[in-house]
Amino acid sequence: MAESIRIEHAAHHDDHHGPHHGHDEMTFSEKFIFPLDHKMIAMQYMFTGMFMAVIGGFFAYVFRMQIAFPGMDVPFFGQVTPAAYNSLVTNHGTIMIFWVAMPVLIAAFGNYLIPLMIGADDMVFPRINRLSYQIFLLSAIIILAAFFVEGGAFGGAWTAYPPLSTKSEYSLTPLGSTFWITAVALEFVAFLLGGINFITTAMNSRAPGMKMWDIPMVVWMIVIASILFMLSVGPLLAGGIMMLFDQNLGTAFFDPDRGGDPILWQHLFWFFGHPEVYVVLLPAVGIVAEIITVFSRKKLFGYKTVLYTAIGTGVLSFTVWAHHQFIAGIDPRMANVFTVTTLLISVPIAEMMFVYIATLYGGSITLSTPMLWALSFIFEFLIGGITGIFLGASGNDIYMHDTYFVLAHFHYTFYPIAIIGTYAGFTFWFPKMFGKMMNDTLGKIHFWLTIIPFNTIFLPLFVLGAAGHHRRIFDYRNFPELDYPWMWDLQHLATYSLIVMLLAQIIFFYNVITSWLSGPPAGKNPWSSNTLEWTTTSPPPHGNWPEGLPTCYRGPYEYSHPDRKSSDYWPQNEPA
Amino acid sequence: MILNSLVPAGSTYAADIDQLFDVITLLVGIPFLIACYLFFSFILRFRAKGGRKSMYITGTEHQYIKWIHWAHIPILTFDVIIVVMAVNVWYDVKQNLPEASATVRVIAQQWAWTFVHPGPDNVIDTADDITTVNELHVATNTLYHYKLEARDVLHNFSVPVFRLKQDAIPGRVITGWFEPTITGEYDIQCAEICGIGHALMPARIFIESSEQHAAWVETNSPIAVASIAAN
Repeated sequence: MAESIRIEHAAHHDDHHGPHHGHDEMTFSEKFIFPLDHKMIAMQYMFTGMFMAVIGGFFAYVFRMQIAFPGMDVPFFGQVTPAAYNSLVTNHGTIMIFWVAMPVLIAAFGNYLIPLMIGADDMVFPRINRLSYQIFLLSAIIILAAFFVEGGAFGGAWTAYPPLSTKSEYSLTPLGSTFWITAVALEFVAFLLGGINFITTAMNSRAPGMKMWDIPMVVWMIVIASILFMLSVGPLLAGGIMMLFDQNLGTAFFDPDRGGDPILWQHLFWFFGHPEVYVVLLPAVGIVAEIITVFSRKKLFGYKTVLYTAIGTGVLSFTVWAHHQFIAGIDPRMANVFTVTTLLISVPIAEMMFVYIATLYGGSITLSTPMLWALSFIFEFLIGGITGIFLGASGNDIYMHDTYFVLAHFHYTFYPIAIIGTYAGFTFWFPKMFGKMMNDTLGKIHFWLTIIPFNTIFLPLFVLGAAGHHRRIFDYRNFPELDYPWMWDLQHLATYSLIVMLLAQIIFFYNVITSWLSGPPAGKNPWSSNTLEWTTTSPPPHGNWPEGLPTCYRGPYEYSHPDRKSSDYWPQNEPA
Repeated sequence: MILNSLVPAGSTYAADIDQLFDVITLLVGIPFLIACYLFFSFILRFRAKGGRKSMYITGTEHQYIKWIHWAHIPILTFDVIIVVMAVNVWYDVKQNLPEASATVRVIAQQWAWTFVHPGPDNVIDTADDITTVNELHVATNTLYHYKLEARDVLHNFSVPVFRLKQDAIPGRVITGWFEPTITGEYDIQCAEICGIGHALMPARIFIESSEQHAAWVETNSPIAVASIAAN
C-alpha cells in the first residue's frame, strides 16, 4: 500500500515538473489553455499565427483598395485616411513578419516537428515553452490593442526609423508608437525562450542512434535559424529598449537635436533585420526538403551540401545589413563592401536551389497538394532571389531604393517563405496533426487560386517600381508622372488579384475544418515517409510514443535504396 | 533600355544606371531561364509511373555534383561583372563630387520642400537667393551640387528622371551632385516615410535651357521682385 502511494506520488510529482507521459486525466485548461505538450503549444502558435495572417491580409486588402481606387469607401472599412493608411501599411508588415512568419515557421513547426522527428517525448523545457507562447500571445494582443488607443496605431513603417518613431509630435501616435515597440520587444523575448528550447532539444534529446547527419533537414534548419535569431536579436532588443526610453523617458539615443544619431537605429534594426530573413527562410527550405524527397521518392541531393549552404548563408547574412541603407546617409564607401557581401550570398542560395532542382532529377514525382506548394516555393523564391541582385548592386539601388521594385522583391521572398512554406508544411503534416487526410481536390483548387493571383499581384509591381512608384504613398494622383492610365491598370490588376487570393483562403479553411471533422483516417504513415514522426499514431498521443521511444538506424532520406527490395522507402527506425 | 522606356533619363549618370539595370537583367535572366528549364523539364520528365523506381543518388558522386560546382563559375563571373559595374556607377554618383558650377539648397520638412537657388550672382547664401516651395529650377548642362537638409524627420530627395535618391537626415547637411541633360518638368518625390503627409509632398523640378533659366533667375531674384514692387 505504502509502495503504491509512493509510486502515485512520484507520477504526480513528474506531472508538475516535466512533460506528461500518457496521462489522460488532464483538465481542459491543462490540455488546451496552459498546455506543456509541445504539440498543443505548436497548435496554439499555428492558429494564433493564422489568425494574425487573416488580420494582416485584411489590412492588405484595405490599403490595396485605397491605392487602386483612391478616396473610395472601402467595403468593410470605410474611408482610408492618410493616418489609417500608414498604420495599416506599418502593421501589415510588422504582423506578417513577427506575428505570422515567425510563430508559424519557427515556433509552430519547430515545436511540432523537433521532438517528433528526433524521437523525443517532448521539449527539454516544456515550461519555458509554455511561457514563450504566453508572452507571444501578450505581444499579439498589444500590437492589436494599439488600434484602439488614442491617436491610433503606429504608422511609421515596420522599420520604425527615428525620429518619426520616437517623437510623437511627428508621428502623431503617442501611444501607438510605444505599443508597437513594446509588442515587438516582447515578441523577441518569446522567441528567445523558444529558441533556447529548440536548440537544446535538438542537440540533447535525439533518439538513440541518431547521429548529426541523420537529423531531418527541417530540424537542422530550425536549429540554425534559432541560432541566427539568438545571435542577431540582441542588438535590436537593446535598440528597442533605447527607443522605448527615447519615447517615454526623455533619453536621446536617436535624437539628433540632442546628440543622438537616428542612423544608429537603422544599423541595430538591419543587423537583426537581414538575418531575420534567413531565420524564416531556413525552416521553409527545410520543409520543402522533406516534401520534395517524399514526393519524388528520392534521397536529398547532397545532404551536407544543403546544410553547409544554409550555414554559409546564415553566416553571410550577418555581413550584409547595410544594403538596406545604401542611400540612408552612411559613408558612401561602405556601400562597396556591402555590395560585395550581398552579391556573395547568391552563391550559397543558388547552390541550395540547384540542389533542390537536382533532387527532382531521376525521381518518381507525384504532384500532390504539398508537393505543388513545395515546388512553387522553389520557383517563386528563385524570382525573389534574382530580383535581389538588382537591389544589392549599389549603383542600381540608388534608383530602385524604396520603390515598388523593392516591395515586389521581398514579397517574392517572404511570400514563398511565410505563405507557401506554411501551406506546404501544413498540408504535408496535417494527417499527422489531426489524423485525417485533407481533400486533395480542394487543396489543388486552393493552390492554383493562391499561386496565380500571387504572381499577378506582384509582377505588375516590379514594373511600377521600375517606373518610379515609391512606397507607402496613399494617393498616387499627387504625382503627375505616376498618374498614367497604364499604371492604374496595373494597380487595379494587383488589387483585384489580391481580392481573389484572399477569397481563395476560404477554401483552405473550409478544407481544414471539413477534413478535420470528417476526412478519411490517415493512418500512421500516409505518405510512406521515412522520418520518425510517421512511426507513431496520428495524431501522436501525449508523450509521442507511449510504448517506448524509437531508435534510429539510418538517415532520413533513404528512398528507393538499391539494397531495399520490399518497398521504396526505409524508415529511420527499422533495423537493417 | 528598360528603365528609360518607362522614365526619361535626364542626368549625366542616368544612362549609366539604366545600362547597369539592363546588364543585371541579362546576367540574372540567363541563369534564371536555365534553372526554370531544368526545373520544369525534370517535373515533366520524372513523373511517377507504375513500376519505375527512382534513381538512388546521394549527391556526392562526382558525375552529378560536378554540375552543381560547375555552375558556380558563371555565377561568380556574373557577380564580379555586376559588382564592378555597380561600384563604378556608385562611385560616380555618390562617392565622387565633381566641381560644381552652381549650388542649390534642398530643405525637407513635414510636408513640403524648400529650395534655395543662387540669385544672379550664382552664389548661395547671399541676399539675392531665390527661395521657392515645392519648385526646383535648374538649367541643363550645368553641374549642380545639392545640399540636403531635413528639419524634423527623415525624408528622401528622389528625382526619378535623374535616377537620384538621397535620404535627408535632421542635424546633417548631405552634399551630392547632378547634371541635368534634358529640359522639361518632372516629379520630385519624398521616398522615405515621413508621417501622415508623406504622400502630400510632391514637388516639381523645372529643367530649363541656360537662357530660360537665366531669365527665370532675373525675374525672380528678390532684387528684381523688390524693384517691380517699388515701381
